[in-house]
Formats: sequence, C-alpha cells, structure tokens
Amino acid sequence: MTTALTDTSVPRFPRGVRLRLDDIREAWIVLAPERVFVPDEHALAVLNLVDGARDVGAIIATLAETFATPAAIVGPDVHDMLAGLANRGAITW
Amino acid sequence: MVIAPPMAIVAELTHRCPLQCPYCANPLTLTRAAGELDTETWCAVLAQAAALGVLHIHFSGGEPLARRDITTLVAHAAALELYTNLITSGIGLDEARAAELAAAGLDHVQLSFQDSDPAENDRMAGYPGSFAKKLTAAAATLRANLPLTANFVVTRANTSRVADMIALGVSLGATRIEIAHVQYHGWALENRASLLPDQAGFDAATAAVTTARETLSGRVVIDYVVPDYFASQPKACMGGWGRRLITITPAGLALPCHAAESLPGMVFPSVRETTLADIWTASPAFNRFRGTGWMAAPCRTCPERETDWGGCRCQAMALLGDATATDPVCALSPHHAIMAQLRETPATDALHYRRMTAKK
Repeated sequence: MTTALTDTSVPRFPRGVRLRLDDIREAWIVLAPERVFVPDEHALAVLNLVDGARDVGAIIATLAETFATPAAIVGPDVHDMLAGLANRGAITW
Repeated sequence: MVIAPPMAIVAELTHRCPLQCPYCANPLTLTRAAGELDTETWCAVLAQAAALGVLHIHFSGGEPLARRDITTLVAHAAALELYTNLITSGIGLDEARAAELAAAGLDHVQLSFQDSDPAENDRMAGYPGSFAKKLTAAAATLRANLPLTANFVVTRANTSRVADMIALGVSLGATRIEIAHVQYHGWALENRASLLPDQAGFDAATAAVTTARETLSGRVVIDYVVPDYFASQPKACMGGWGRRLITITPAGLALPCHAAESLPGMVFPSVRETTLADIWTASPAFNRFRGTGWMAAPCRTCPERETDWGGCRCQAMALLGDATATDPVCALSPHHAIMAQLRETPATDALHYRRMTAKK
C-alpha cells in the first residue's frame, strides 16, 4: 500500500492477518501480530467483503444494497474504517 | 466472578540460546535441556490452550529454534487455529528452515536486533557475527512469504540510533517494528546500572519514534515499549495479573508473567500435573493478584484500578521488597521518589552476560 485509498483500491488482509470465528467468545475477530481486533457489526459487514478481489467501490455498492442506504452515506464510513484499520496494520491494498 | 479466558500463551520452549544478552528477561537460574517439557506434553498443552480460548501462541525462549521439534509444534498449533508467532534471535533461521516453518503454518516472525550498528549489535549479543546472521534470517523470512516484525532493544548504549533502527527495519521489509526499551527483570535487573538510559537519551529515543510514526503512517506499524522508570502511571503488567496471558516456562511452570518466579512464597502450578483450565481458573497463584480484592491503599479506591490493575507485582517486589505494594512507578505511590533516585544513579559500563551457569 503506497497510495491513498480510493474507490478503485482493492483491500485485502496483509500476510499475518486473518479474520476468524472465535468459538469460545462467539465473535468474529481479526488476528494480527501482537493484536486482536474485535470488529463491531458495521466493521464486520465490511471485512466480510474484503476478499482481495472486490474494490472499495464494489464493497460500498454491496453494502448500500444490503442495508438499503445510499452509497453516498455508506461510502465515507467505509473509507474511514478501512483507513483506520490500515493504520493499525490490519488491512492493506 | 466469571473469569474471562486467556488471550495468549507465551511458550518459553527452552532457555538454551546462542546469544548472551545481558538484558534478558529470563530468570538468573536457567533450566537445562534435560529439564525441558517434551514434544508430547507441549502438544497437549497447545490443545488445552485452544480449547480454553487462547488465540495467540508466542514461541519464545531462549531461542525457540534450538528445539528440534519447533516445526512439529508450529504445525500442531496451526492445526488448532492458534495464531503462531516465532520470537527469535534469527540464529539458525536460514532459507530452508523458514520455508519449513511457513509450510507448517507459521503466521509471523519476530526477529530481535540488539542494535542497528553491526559491531554494537554483536557486542550486546555477546556473539560475534550475529548481526550478519540476523540479516540472513530477515531475508529468509521474506522469501518464505512470512510477515516480519523487527524488534530493536533499546538501552543507554543505543538511544541515539533509534532512527537508524527504524530505517534498517524498513529496509529489511518489516511491516511492523518494535522499539522496545529493556524491561528490568531477570538479567536486565542485574545489569540495570549499565543499561538504563538517562532522561536525555530516553527523550531522544521517544522523539525518533514520534517522527518515524508520522513518516511511515499506514505503511509500517511502530510499537514503542517504554521503560517504566520514566513513567508516572504504571502499566497494566501483562494486561493485568491472570487476565490475558499465561507464560509457560521450559520446565512447565505456568506463570501469570514471565518474571513471576521472582516473587517469594508463591507456588506456581505445572502443566505436567494440572490442566491449563484448572491453572487459569482455580490455582492460588493465578488468583493471588487477580482483580482488585488484594489491593491496599492507594490502589484500592483509585479510579484507575481497573485500568492499570495496580501495575507490576514483580516491580513492586524488586524495588520495594513488597509484592503487594502499589507499583512505585505510580506517582500516587508513597515510594515514587525511588524512581527518580534510580534514574539518577551513576551509570556503570560492566555487563554481566547471560550464562547457563548463574553467577550466584
């Protein structure tokens, strides 16, 4: 990741980061070196669409449809969330 | 009280290590190879850990690559969906070894450096040529497509080179860099007068981290571990006693923190005799300083008591001779002045290197 996040960026989990279901705590968690992130339901909805193929625009469009909310409203939240996770090393593109 | 499950295990597989770093947090009395847990016992412990809710397993030591069964243990942990982290000096991590570990399912490598300057690195490690081997290990890690954390240990000898350390980490392809001041337990406590930076050195190191974090934001994560001696609020040691972590020693003792054996009068349970679930929830050792019930003033009524959990028990023991006291790092401790006295203690140059045969 060397550029700013745009709608054509394709986010992915970097090496050493994975999303898994924690059976004991009954929660989805992101495991990273020395870190555990517990995404809230909004973040989880985004992370479940991070597959290394979809770009940010496609993620926004899917969420807009799923939650029947205009992309113009979903978009900024998705950008902020992915940028925040990138700063913590949990997402790259 | 419901006890939340532990998040992580630090598996100190062995005390054997080719390096002799005088800041080592291992105890002064080290366990020999014959006293180590065998493969079968470690595998059973890993299965118990996963069932208990542990997420991260940190294979540490000593040098974990000194164990011939390291690949077996990584594969076993990976099959249990544990996140596996190898904490290594890099000695013995060649291309074949890295590929073998990656194939076994290793998630991450944390490679330690004693300095960015090769000669100084080798002097602190007590191992000529170790810096070059670390560069080889970093390259082997990347070639095996494993993510790399470069860990640099900061002492008074190298506070001026923190920017160089970060630049070296970046050039090696690390996606995470740890700038870690020594924590003064075990061998490090013995050598404190030779290792603890002065205020100016500490400030220079902190400034270098702040600058680099801005430059590298979004590209490289930089974690900064500060020495308690310069703080006014104590750290929640290990996230709080019996709250997040279990350290397992080479001989199989389960500890709430790696330095806990320095506390007198404590009996620590062994994974040879007790399950991890029983150790975590029912052992007197893990319940001794769990929660807030054990606290005296000023912790007992402090609004921060469930944030810092009274600080570090081992530090209270080491500096005040009382494991139940408020960590003297805290500005509210009646003994906080001792921290300034220790910071201002004249430095010495003598280093007692870590040896299998304890010096006393």
